[in-house]
Amino acid sequence: MIRLLTTTALCLCLFSCQQESQVDRATREGILLLGNTNDPKSFDPQVTSGVLESNINRALFEGLVVFHPSDDLAAPSGVAFEVTPDETSTVWTAKLRPDAKWSDGRQVTAEDFAFSYQRLLTPELGAKYAEMLYFIEGAEAFNKGEAKDFSSVGINVVDPQTFTITLRGPTPFFKEILKHYTWNPVPKHKVLEYGSIAQRGNDWSKPENLVGNGPFRIKSFRRNDHIEVERNPHYWDAKNVTLNGIRFLPISNTFTESRMFRDGQLHVSDSVAPEIVDYMKKHNPSVLRQERYLGTDFYRFNTTRKPLDNILVRRALSMAIDRKALCDNVFRGSTPAYGITPPMGDYDPPHGAAFDPEQAKKLIAEAGFPGGKGFPRLKLLIASKETAATMATAIQAMWREHLGVEVEIENKEWTAYLLAIQTLDYDIAGAGWIGDFIDPLTFLEIWSPGNGNNNTGWDNPEFVAELEKSFKVTDPAERYEFLRAAEAILLKEAPIAPIGWRGRNYLVHPSVQGWYPLLLAGNPYNSIRLVPQEPERK
Amino acid sequence: MLKLLASRFLQGLLTLFVLVTLTFFLVRMMPGSPYTEEKAIPAHILERIKAYTGMDKPLPVQYGRYIKNLVVHQDLGDLIRKDGVKVSEVIGDSFPVSMALGLASMGIALLVGIPAGVVAAVKKNSPTDFACLAFAMVGICLPSFVIGPLLAVFAGLKLQSLNVGGWSSPTDWILPAITLGLINAAYLARLARGGMLDVLSQDYIRTAKAKGVPGQKIIIRHALRGGLIPAVAFIGPAFAGMISGSFVIETIFQIPGMGQHFVNAATDREFFLIQGLVLFYGFLIVGANLLADLAQIALNPRLR
Repeated sequence: MIRLLTTTALCLCLFSCQQESQVDRATREGILLLGNTNDPKSFDPQVTSGVLESNINRALFEGLVVFHPSDDLAAPSGVAFEVTPDETSTVWTAKLRPDAKWSDGRQVTAEDFAFSYQRLLTPELGAKYAEMLYFIEGAEAFNKGEAKDFSSVGINVVDPQTFTITLRGPTPFFKEILKHYTWNPVPKHKVLEYGSIAQRGNDWSKPENLVGNGPFRIKSFRRNDHIEVERNPHYWDAKNVTLNGIRFLPISNTFTESRMFRDGQLHVSDSVAPEIVDYMKKHNPSVLRQERYLGTDFYRFNTTRKPLDNILVRRALSMAIDRKALCDNVFRGSTPAYGITPPMGDYDPPHGAAFDPEQAKKLIAEAGFPGGKGFPRLKLLIASKETAATMATAIQAMWREHLGVEVEIENKEWTAYLLAIQTLDYDIAGAGWIGDFIDPLTFLEIWSPGNGNNNTGWDNPEFVAELEKSFKVTDPAERYEFLRAAEAILLKEAPIAPIGWRGRNYLVHPSVQGWYPLLLAGNPYNSIRLVPQEPERK
Repeated sequence: MLKLLASRFLQGLLTLFVLVTLTFFLVRMMPGSPYTEEKAIPAHILERIKAYTGMDKPLPVQYGRYIKNLVVHQDLGDLIRKDGVKVSEVIGDSFPVSMALGLASMGIALLVGIPAGVVAAVKKNSPTDFACLAFAMVGICLPSFVIGPLLAVFAGLKLQSLNVGGWSSPTDWILPAITLGLINAAYLARLARGGMLDVLSQDYIRTAKAKGVPGQKIIIRHALRGGLIPAVAFIGPAFAGMISGSFVIETIFQIPGMGQHFVNAATDREFFLIQGLVLFYGFLIVGANLLADLAQIALNPRLR
């Protein structure tokens, strides 16, 4: 019996022995194998809002400007060869490339862009990310149904290759915003062929019908298995695209993903579990990438509940968090945060949050709880994810040690956790935020009262006033001053306690060339090359 | 006979109806909704999205609509979070994968479990018996999320022979099928051993021995039939579980099967997908029971 089993197993092994790993074969064929966590919610760039969808959209569609392969703040031209502001950075003129084509060979026109923005803003479409276009004059009113006529929105088609975008105020950083996929065009002729402008579930975005203007087009799609894209022969810069295709693999489990990478089934992984980072550092450091990412981990305080309505209590709690210890031991790759906005370009956030146990003790005493005496037992809400639990346990211990404050960790399943946060049904909660574009605004405007992502009950008119001021100036340095002032108010009042600026741990196979660290991880596929390495055993 | 069959069929339909109704209301009692997302959806947008999926209507209206679509159009509805994807497409894409994997695992479970159990019973208290028992104990105690990655690391990374994940090469079913199969083989081995030991101590076996029937013949012709009854009783439900997929196995080996949808649909509050999956699974069970009833009627004249 045992002999039979062994023989069968051996035969199977021999039978299945492959000479070449999937990565080696894909490298030879010019196909990039990418871990991409999950299937997209849709291929329609105007109804999705996630990172994994943006990774696919970047292959299938192209905006007016695109990501630079290595420079976060550069904005190379995309389907527009020129996007120029007027002297106040309020009216921007886009001139499209005459050779820009859809993947079915039709010309990409200014009319396509006007149609796309109208579609995204039409309330009936119910686009979750419509507010990305609120920078356009009149867009918010149109999207909220207050204005019915799209001509009230600041989009003006000048000729088939030119259109202007009038913004609600000076926006010197507009090119950064344009990189976001909500600003990509959709093909008017295809959308209308399969339905009306604002019809959801319009069949134009089914993989077999989809037409885009990006460097690639869909080749095959199998749910929960893969999405493969191939070169789009009609792409204006097709001659400079070196990859023949990309295969997106929806691997949701990061341990499975790491195993598949080590087995030669992936060129680039989406992430590596913190537990695996040390192993990779020791055994295969050359493939491990640890880079900064445009995200912040922080704790929310529910300012509508006692005693968290007291600034002193919130500041004391924030000051008693040893951020460095957490980043070194729990996150692997994050940096201790002193502001909510990670440093980017010329913006350095004010130093408003730091570990200072002595000061924290004083503040909590001043708030009426000397040594934590009389402090109610609050609940610390987290979502059931491994790192969140480790971090919560560590912070629970820090608060006990430095303040004498006891909190109880409450672990909820993801959707229940989100619901509790959004209905302010919590005391203190773990949270994270990822920026949409490289500008401090994406981290600051969420703290305005009434913003759907504020979720702390915090409302401060001075903060709003500083933000408003920043909307009116054109000089970038002056603008940053206002934003920094706003952030200083936020950190002083401490409705949140910033903990770490996110790092991104992931794996890149040595055959992948031209994959540089980018804050938004929006690596353009056009500039990636696959160079065969010494063949691996397998 | 026909009357009995009709009554069983109607009972089955009633069961499915109750199942659909209970699921419909229970999933809507969970905290949160399919629209609860990390970045809150603005209220005016949420209103439109709800209107599009019909979720803005009162619950009884939604229920009526769902039942009508189900009965009249055999439509299980669309996914809420994924645009333009039908529940039937998700089940139709993933069930064949789970079915193939389930069949392979069942084959392994039977081929390993039953002989191991029988051999252990025949060679009671010998080293072979202890080896089989130890194997069964390990198989039962070690969960698939331990065996799976261990197998993947050993066969995929150390031996460099099989892919550790994916469902593209013709050999990709081997590791997951072994993982899923071994666990069930362990149960089968214990059940087969127990059943065989019972039978082997019966008088008629002693009689056969006394009459000089050769050992192998006693086991194959006389003992197996009765000895395997507990194991066979286990196979039914185990098989239904295997072909409807396993969340753990599919996650470990990156397989596009149906098991992961049971879990993900619940965490994502994909109401229609949960309902569809529950109904489909219920249909499998009810169908299998109906077949079992038929088989019993065919075998046992007293039931007719």
